[in-house]
Amino acid sequence: MNGQSVAAPPAVLPDTGLERSPFERRALRSLLLTVGIWVAAVMAGIPLVSVLYMLIVRGGARLGREVFVELPPAGFEMGGGFGNAIVGTVVMVGIAALISIPIGVLSAVFLAELGPDSQLARVARFAAKTLTGLPSILAGVFAYAAVVLTTGTYSAPAGGLALAVLMLPTVVLTAEEAIRAVPKITRDAAFGMGCTRSQVIWKVMLPTATPGILTGVMLAVARAAGETAPLLFTALFSSYWLFEGGRPHLMQPTASLAVLIYNFSGMPFENQIELAWTASLVLVLIVLFINVLSRLVGNRRA
Amino acid sequence: MSPLGVEAVPGTSPISGPPSAWDYFTDRAFRGLARVSVWLILLLLACILWSIGSKATSGIARLGLGFLTSTTWDVGRQQFGVLPQIWGTLYSSLLALLIGGFFGVAMAVFLTQDFLTPRLAQMFRVMVELLAAIPSVVYGLWGLFFVVPAMRPIAGWLYEKLGWIPFFGTTLSGPGLAPAAVVLAIMVLPTVAAVSQDALRLVPYKVKEAAYGMGATRWEAILRVLLPAASTGIFGALVLGFGRALGETMALAMLIGNSNQISLSLFSPANTLAALLALNFPEAGPQEVQVLMYAALVLLGITLVVNLMGEAIMAISSRGAVKR
Repeated sequence: MNGQSVAAPPAVLPDTGLERSPFERRALRSLLLTVGIWVAAVMAGIPLVSVLYMLIVRGGARLGREVFVELPPAGFEMGGGFGNAIVGTVVMVGIAALISIPIGVLSAVFLAELGPDSQLARVARFAAKTLTGLPSILAGVFAYAAVVLTTGTYSAPAGGLALAVLMLPTVVLTAEEAIRAVPKITRDAAFGMGCTRSQVIWKVMLPTATPGILTGVMLAVARAAGETAPLLFTALFSSYWLFEGGRPHLMQPTASLAVLIYNFSGMPFENQIELAWTASLVLVLIVLFINVLSRLVGNRRA
Repeated sequence: MSPLGVEAVPGTSPISGPPSAWDYFTDRAFRGLARVSVWLILLLLACILWSIGSKATSGIARLGLGFLTSTTWDVGRQQFGVLPQIWGTLYSSLLALLIGGFFGVAMAVFLTQDFLTPRLAQMFRVMVELLAAIPSVVYGLWGLFFVVPAMRPIAGWLYEKLGWIPFFGTTLSGPGLAPAAVVLAIMVLPTVAAVSQDALRLVPYKVKEAAYGMGATRWEAILRVLLPAASTGIFGALVLGFGRALGETMALAMLIGNSNQISLSLFSPANTLAALLALNFPEAGPQEVQVLMYAALVLLGITLVVNLMGEAIMAISSRGAVKR
């Protein structure tokens, strides 16, 4: 770690001035910079440690059965939980996945296999990249204009659509890469057996590419679960259960963990702030769990 | 016609045969479906542009370009202007890029230039990915209860000692620009680190070996050979990080203080376009929605330009690498 990878000359050489001189200014400067970059790297880790520490200490304090089964408390109420927000997050991410995964994977098939060099594919790839950079709040504005203004109510499908817009580019681009990574030999062998193109895709390429596709899908799901901005004015928030009397009431404001954290963090009540921390802990655990899962799935392929 | 007398009649063998009519049909249908989904992506992008653009037209017609240069936002008097928000968006993102960009590039160099054993490198890589995985609303909460209290004494001291410098012209009385920028920097760091790592990896190993062969120290090789060689890609990474910062909403809505003022001071509250949308949309009347759509269009325009620039720079840098 002393910053000198240059091999020293053999000791038998006469003094040619080629030996390493560790106290030369250049060498010292190199050492100093190496120390500096270590400090910078460790400093970059401080926020993560601090966030996780506060989540465990402040969020863990309230973690218990009741936060998963009870409804959010009103103003001065004590206790309560965020069971409906977990259900809401799951339902809305589910809706987003139902929209974005079929479209995403089918498009990826086209981009990777059916017409990789076509004009359409080039434009679509560009569109997907553009969507990647779309600020999440604008996905919310779009869903607001497209669904909320049309149906006249804040609803779970509106939130789901906003999340789908954010998931779609990730799914498309990672799935395309995964399908491209299928060895050409495997594919040609299937064609040699007389498969039609769709058979090759369905029976050979997609099964081979599944781990890679799943990795992308799960990363997109993890990101969507933590998104707040697109839900603020599409799903809004609700203090009631999404399923009442055994059937879902989708066309009404819907709670989500992320919006609950945002709403409660600004309240002047200690109880709500504690719940915001606990909800954050639960949300981070969910997101990290999906992340680890995607890593495991992705590694199995290698 | 085969010498063995076995007739290869199409479609009769149980094992092999040409595709049946059903196979032809499903093949066509599936390929058509795939093509339709690609068109759906284009349609979606068009819909986003159209829905925001068309809803904004009445706002544009009413307020014109004065919207971009006016500084008041008063629903009661129907006066709207987003200059402070544009200023806050650019200023906070630039500050975040200064901090997050420095640490991001440093992290990329740290991870790619053999400073670490593979196991330690893996650990730091996971750390950066975890930083990217934590939802922004959680960072916002952390900022409210950790960064703001931690920064207040520092801000007070800087204001007292160096208050004549415009950057330290006010105290931090709660949320403000500096904590928002710090949290934003943490969110920019993973993007910059990931994209610059790719850029650094594109530099051929020979280039570094040549520098070492000339007797350069490790840091001379990094600063004078590697970073210049990867500079286009790193610049692209910074632009993409900037784009990310411009559109970030929640951490800023929670931390920046929502005050429509233009100030150089790092500790004064400010506002951003994304935060304006997040805070005003839920309670907006039909009149205000039109104006907010206009603001959304402005944000869309700014982020689109910055992101397209970033992508273009990345394209140039990878094309250069192929030529080498």
